[in-house]
Amino acid sequence: MRFLFKTDYKQDIRLFQHEGQVLWYGLLIAVMLAAPWLFGNYWLSQLTFVMIYAIAGLGLMILSGFTGLPSIGHAAFLGVGAYVEALLVARGAPFPLAMLCAAAISGGVGFIVGLPALRVKGIYLAVATLAFGFIVEEVLARWESLTGGNEGLTVAAPRLFGVNFAAPTPFFYVSLFVCVLVTLATLNLLRSSTGRAFIAIRDSEISAQSMGIDLTRAKALSFVVSAAIVGLAGALYAHKLRFISPEQFGLTQSIDLMLLIVVGGLGSVHGAFFGAAFLITLPQFIAIAKDWLPPEMAQTAGLQALVYGLIIILFVMFEPAGLYGRWIKLRTFFELFPFYRRGMFRRQRAFQRSERLK
Amino acid sequence: MSEPLLQIRNLSVQFGGLRAVNDVSFDVMKGEVFTLIGPNGAGKTTVFNLISRIYAATYGDIVFEGRSIARVAPHRVAALGIARTFQNIELFENASVLQNLLIGHHAHSGTGFWSNLLFTPAAMRSELAARRDAEDVIDLLSLHHYRDARVAGLPFGVRKCVELARALCMKPKLLLLDEPSSGLNVEETDDIAWWIEDIKDELGITVLMVEHDMRLVSRVSDRVLALNQGEVLALGSPQEVQRDPRVVEAYLGGAEDFDRARSRP
Amino acid sequence: MNASRRGFGNVRLPEIASAETGDAAAAAPGEEGETLLALLHVLISGIALGCIYALVALGFVLIYKATEAVNFAQGELMMLGAFAGFALTQLLGVPFYLAMMIAVLLVAGLGVLIERIAIRPILGEPQFSVVMLTIGLGYVARGGVTMTPFLGADTYALPTPYKGEMLRFAGLALSVDQAVVIGATMALCAALYALFRYTKIGIAMQAASQNQLAAYYMGIPVRGLNALVWGLSAGVAAIAGLLLAPLTFVHVNMGLIGLKAFPAAVIGGFGSLPGAVIGGLVIGVVESLAGFFLPEGAKDIAAYVVVLLMLMIKPTGLFGDTQRKKV
Repeated sequence: MRFLFKTDYKQDIRLFQHEGQVLWYGLLIAVMLAAPWLFGNYWLSQLTFVMIYAIAGLGLMILSGFTGLPSIGHAAFLGVGAYVEALLVARGAPFPLAMLCAAAISGGVGFIVGLPALRVKGIYLAVATLAFGFIVEEVLARWESLTGGNEGLTVAAPRLFGVNFAAPTPFFYVSLFVCVLVTLATLNLLRSSTGRAFIAIRDSEISAQSMGIDLTRAKALSFVVSAAIVGLAGALYAHKLRFISPEQFGLTQSIDLMLLIVVGGLGSVHGAFFGAAFLITLPQFIAIAKDWLPPEMAQTAGLQALVYGLIIILFVMFEPAGLYGRWIKLRTFFELFPFYRRGMFRRQRAFQRSERLK
Repeated sequence: MSEPLLQIRNLSVQFGGLRAVNDVSFDVMKGEVFTLIGPNGAGKTTVFNLISRIYAATYGDIVFEGRSIARVAPHRVAALGIARTFQNIELFENASVLQNLLIGHHAHSGTGFWSNLLFTPAAMRSELAARRDAEDVIDLLSLHHYRDARVAGLPFGVRKCVELARALCMKPKLLLLDEPSSGLNVEETDDIAWWIEDIKDELGITVLMVEHDMRLVSRVSDRVLALNQGEVLALGSPQEVQRDPRVVEAYLGGAEDFDRARSRP
Repeated sequence: MNASRRGFGNVRLPEIASAETGDAAAAAPGEEGETLLALLHVLISGIALGCIYALVALGFVLIYKATEAVNFAQGELMMLGAFAGFALTQLLGVPFYLAMMIAVLLVAGLGVLIERIAIRPILGEPQFSVVMLTIGLGYVARGGVTMTPFLGADTYALPTPYKGEMLRFAGLALSVDQAVVIGATMALCAALYALFRYTKIGIAMQAASQNQLAAYYMGIPVRGLNALVWGLSAGVAAIAGLLLAPLTFVHVNMGLIGLKAFPAAVIGGFGSLPGAVIGGLVIGVVESLAGFFLPEGAKDIAAYVVVLLMLMIKPTGLFGDTQRKKV
């Protein structure tokens, strides 16, 4: 068992609470840095995808997990970021600049979406984001002079000072770098007044307002930050896939992102990573499972949908805290062994006040 | 004689055909404990909501520290120095007690988005200041035990205390307490009384309170205003108001109601 | 029938066949009377489609009013209704009208089962979780049907006894399929109105949806009613599916048409049953007109543009009420 003796407020405010955390995260970073030598190209590529989806997951987590604003069309920002990146790099821009532009423009679009969204709540907001997602997808498809329409767009390699970063190893490091930056930024926001304002809005808007939080500004900020982060992920996504088309950024992708944060653990930074890992590795298991089924039933699309659906249902019903929640329980079990009590994490069934009146 | 901190002038609000608050006027002096009493539906919490700008007044003015705040945006009220607690406890359920208290510091924190994003030394300083203020309030209300507990699982009495603590963290000049003792037993109500006295004496905060518990009202209040159906009935010291015949009738019914009740078989 | 290019992920969304009436109109362009006639045909097919949206939106709103859950699987229930109808008539040879009734009852039963097994345990969870759960249910339904041997992966036609027949009067050519859709929707709306207005169960449902605790105290079996509401809603979805099937094909992704019912419900105001119907009709007509007048692609997003406009003008929809939290 570990006892934390705190002597300084900074211990609570710092990113790492004790040396054990420093050790484990340090180890994780070391493994990640050594990854190109430890894993083959295929797993390296999968890891890169996990990074990219984790970034996107963090973006959505800030909006839905921490500020409590639902968004069913979030893949639209992924698309905006991807296309901006593709278009800028095609015109010869160095990729860090292009990525910053992708994030900025995506954030701007987030602002435009956020403004009308500020007046609506709950299911109305969800449908507004759904509508917005469809519209963006359609615009990407129809604006053929700019985006190439449904034919798609080939994405040039990311270049900086003439160096090509498209190969698996350099690109992995780029993704890792961006991922770490975004994670640090998110953690910083969350331990400061901005993040607390977000959480306040999620839990009680009236209360937040009476404590001096400008709801309009905070919600708009949440949208912008979320859109910018997801746009950044989109830029990386474009380079990874090397070919983008509007249908990659439709409802399926949006629901994948929602699945990511729900299965990962809504309302936690770790959740984005757990969810991303889950989202990337699940298709592998499905492919394996497919071999066991009789041929008439072995439809990949059907099996994938079925498994996804079952997992969402099982998680919502039995593990609402997601994979991260399960991990916390597991870790607490070992930390407190043999004093772990089964009721420790039982959620109080406080019957929620009506969401209509929030 | 201290000057009035809050002046309510002919305040009225209308919801559709219902006048919830009708031509209410009173002054709250700096440093005093002023209580609103009245039967349910009298409009007491509505007055609070008008001061907090959750509702917009249909008529009348609210003057705080000499400036009218009747048109101020709701989120600016906190920065002006007015804090409130809610009748039905509006805490941030999924956050810890400490985080709830730290949010109270929000109106005074100087750091904007970018310094938070990069967590500059200024942000760290702001965080430490907020933490120190929160810890002072925790000391005052003896919440040490619950500092890191998630609010959702806490017992009712503790939540009331956290609600009060959170309002205090806002370092207000005027504290609006909405039924602080509702749902509390006798010991807890005594604690509330002591805290209100401490708030008034040590922290120098003016308290405007809505309350039903007459023992508590008599014990801590300097002046009392009785409301009924949105209108002022009586204003004065606690004893004066409780003896006022109109107040008695509003709470207990008039003599003819007694006769009617007695004559029924 | 044209398969639309835009759609759900990589899948094509079956488009509503307006070919019969559309071609008849396109055959003789130019004259003003002809254009008016064409416009009327467009309006009618818009109304027919709008009726489908209205039925699905009705299902949403029924469930939302009763349990505050948003059922993203409503479209999939519609799809299951269509498949049930198809399986019963084509594979099992059950007579048409009997098969329709059995299909509706089966799906209604499924709705009750879903409420009992999946929704009831998570009452009290935040709305986001419930939404995710229903999305999961939709996925399971789609995946399950796709994987059903001999059934799932293909597109089928549901032959109705009146298929291909047309009603002609005053120069208008109206396919009987469309007329049946409109007629059935009107009948169903009337039936639901009667249910909520005049029957004890209907009034009990209204009571439970407004204040669950008070309904409990009055002796209303709220839990049983919730199951009933889900069953009713699923039944309405199944009817929508069976009405839709002749207009488009029976296909595992036909439930995605249900997505358009969300804007319909929102436009009407998410807590209002008549609003859902009106919203559905509005969406149907707007879509049809957009397909007629505007360039390609506008039809697909017309519904979404309308809903965004509505949310900007009146954030709670046409008939929604602004409920304020009392603190």
